[in-house]
Amino acid sequence: MNAMDTPVILVEDLVKSYDQVSAVKSLDLEVVSGAMYGLIGPDGAGKTTLLRVLCGLLTPDSGEVQVLGFNPITELARIKDAIGYMPQRFSLYPDLSVAENMRFFADIYRIPKQERIERTERLMQFSRLEPFKDRMAHALSGGMKQKLALSCTLMHTPKLLILDEPTTGVDPVSRVEFWNILRELKDQGVTILVTTPYMDEASLCDRAALMYDGKILAEGTPDQITERYPNKLIRVITEEAHSAAEALKPNEAFESVELYGDRVHVAVRETARGIDLIKELLGRNNVTYDSVAKCEPHLEDIFVHLVKQEE
Amino acid sequence: MLGILPVIRKEFIHIWRDPRTLAIIILMPILQLFIFGYAIDMDVRDIKIGIMDQSRTPASRELIQKFTGSGYFEETVAIQKRAEIEDLFRSRKIKAALIIPVDYAKSIKREGVTSVQVLIDGSDSNTGSIVLNTTRQLLAGASFEISNINRLPMQITSTIWYNPEQESNHFVVPGLVAVLLMMICALLTSITITREKETGTMEQLLVAPLKPYQIIVGKVLPYVVLASVAATIILLIGRFWFKVPFTGSVLLLATLSIIYLVTALAFGILISTIARTQQTAMMMALMATMLPSVILSGFVFPVASMPLFLQGIAKIIPATHFLFIIRGILLKGNDISVLFPYVIYLAALSLLLLVISVKRFKVRLD
Repeated sequence: MNAMDTPVILVEDLVKSYDQVSAVKSLDLEVVSGAMYGLIGPDGAGKTTLLRVLCGLLTPDSGEVQVLGFNPITELARIKDAIGYMPQRFSLYPDLSVAENMRFFADIYRIPKQERIERTERLMQFSRLEPFKDRMAHALSGGMKQKLALSCTLMHTPKLLILDEPTTGVDPVSRVEFWNILRELKDQGVTILVTTPYMDEASLCDRAALMYDGKILAEGTPDQITERYPNKLIRVITEEAHSAAEALKPNEAFESVELYGDRVHVAVRETARGIDLIKELLGRNNVTYDSVAKCEPHLEDIFVHLVKQEE
Repeated sequence: MLGILPVIRKEFIHIWRDPRTLAIIILMPILQLFIFGYAIDMDVRDIKIGIMDQSRTPASRELIQKFTGSGYFEETVAIQKRAEIEDLFRSRKIKAALIIPVDYAKSIKREGVTSVQVLIDGSDSNTGSIVLNTTRQLLAGASFEISNINRLPMQITSTIWYNPEQESNHFVVPGLVAVLLMMICALLTSITITREKETGTMEQLLVAPLKPYQIIVGKVLPYVVLASVAATIILLIGRFWFKVPFTGSVLLLATLSIIYLVTALAFGILISTIARTQQTAMMMALMATMLPSVILSGFVFPVASMPLFLQGIAKIIPATHFLFIIRGILLKGNDISVLFPYVIYLAALSLLLLVISVKRFKVRLD
């Protein structure tokens, strides 16, 4: 077997519930070595539970779990050094400075002094935290906090990086920066499993899974997932998006009408007829629009579609 | 073992950066020492007494002299009418009243027997009972002089050992060491471990290659050091300011204090395995360790005078046992052979609590 094809994470038929509320229902997942894998889904989809099972923090009710070839429950000690886990909540010490937090993580992972100094320097440049190294962690901005948390998890150069919503609550510029860092890590051969509620971030991954209500609804490369969209999509761009959606919604000729800020996505069976009907309905309701045109479905559209089917 | 060092280092930084914790550890003991040292003064001196001398004879004046000259009482009011007495008690002008009847001297002369009345404010039962005892002694002495017997068949000569002056400080300072060690160790350690759970940092520690004992010992050791510093400060102040005698071996006291420290820490760790938030941990620590240590251990109130049910509880509390140890060593100069049962109890309790805590400590989140 080629090393590249060895699954770093293998989950089969995983079930986990808390007090009769099932968080993960019969879930399968495979992440190969060197992949950047995105787990996309809204709050409460069971993403955090899944990650915690992978890190050995939660015991599954049933199912098979293998991480780097070991069972994270019974053989956790053998993989701890190879995993870097960044929890969803900021889990560093607010009363320790940037440098002190990094030093602490280097120490608990028993990094020798010389290596620690070199790596700290590299990570400081990489995360651009160097000018803030003496600042207390609580005084950092949201983006800087996340970069510090990532730097701490990278102190011991893990083979597998598990990140739980690292960009939630982070400003757009820092988000882009953060994803660039993840790209670099992937290029260095680190396998990354990252969860996010942002659909646009999923398209940055090699593979992604759409997770909803404890299950995976769709899985594959971002292109493979969007190909599964069964309808044609028409995008209406208008300043009166809300009224436009109101005008279109009651019509049964449409598969779905979704409002996204300044645009409305309408799913139809046939493009040309759909565009005509939309224009007619908007005109009849005195809604002005900038454009009505065919568009390629995004992960967001397929996600909404799959969730509707599910319900 | 090396895995503990970074945790210790980090914990010291936390303590150093949080002046409140430092204040709790260093300043509060000193403050409490002075408050308790001076306020819990159970010695009765200069009790305000009102005297109603209806006899007005040399004999009655002699009796009054016995009271006022004893140092225990201070005559504040000469009562004229019986009706005044209640007002004087109510307005707290007097704590006791001595009423000498009109026929006091006459009765002594004629019958050799007489009576006086003593009224005592019982609203403060502690002081009340001490006043009662004191008056009894004074009156017994007086009767002895009045009666013409030269020699009583039995003479009582009482000598109080170990604390001949009956200084409450000598009693309170060692007690305070017991209470404060329990407080610092149980309260602060339960809070510091729970804090990691509450803020989510425990999640990181559990994923890191640290063993549970490394996390716990690493977090707890700094508090052992600080508690020892605090205990030393209390004892030094006790020795040099309050002049508490150090009769026994200081080395023995230090060794046994460490055992007691471990018991207190074990309590704190156990609480941290139960409580989910710092607030709950604090409440639990206060209820389970602080209150019993202060109220039931014999720190202030003697265990022997408690109802049987509470005596039973008192016997379980670690502070009760440590009080026997520390008072025994400091005041009586006890050696290990006498203190052995208490030491065994504390050691066994610590072991039990630690075993339960380690079993309860969750290496997972569920």
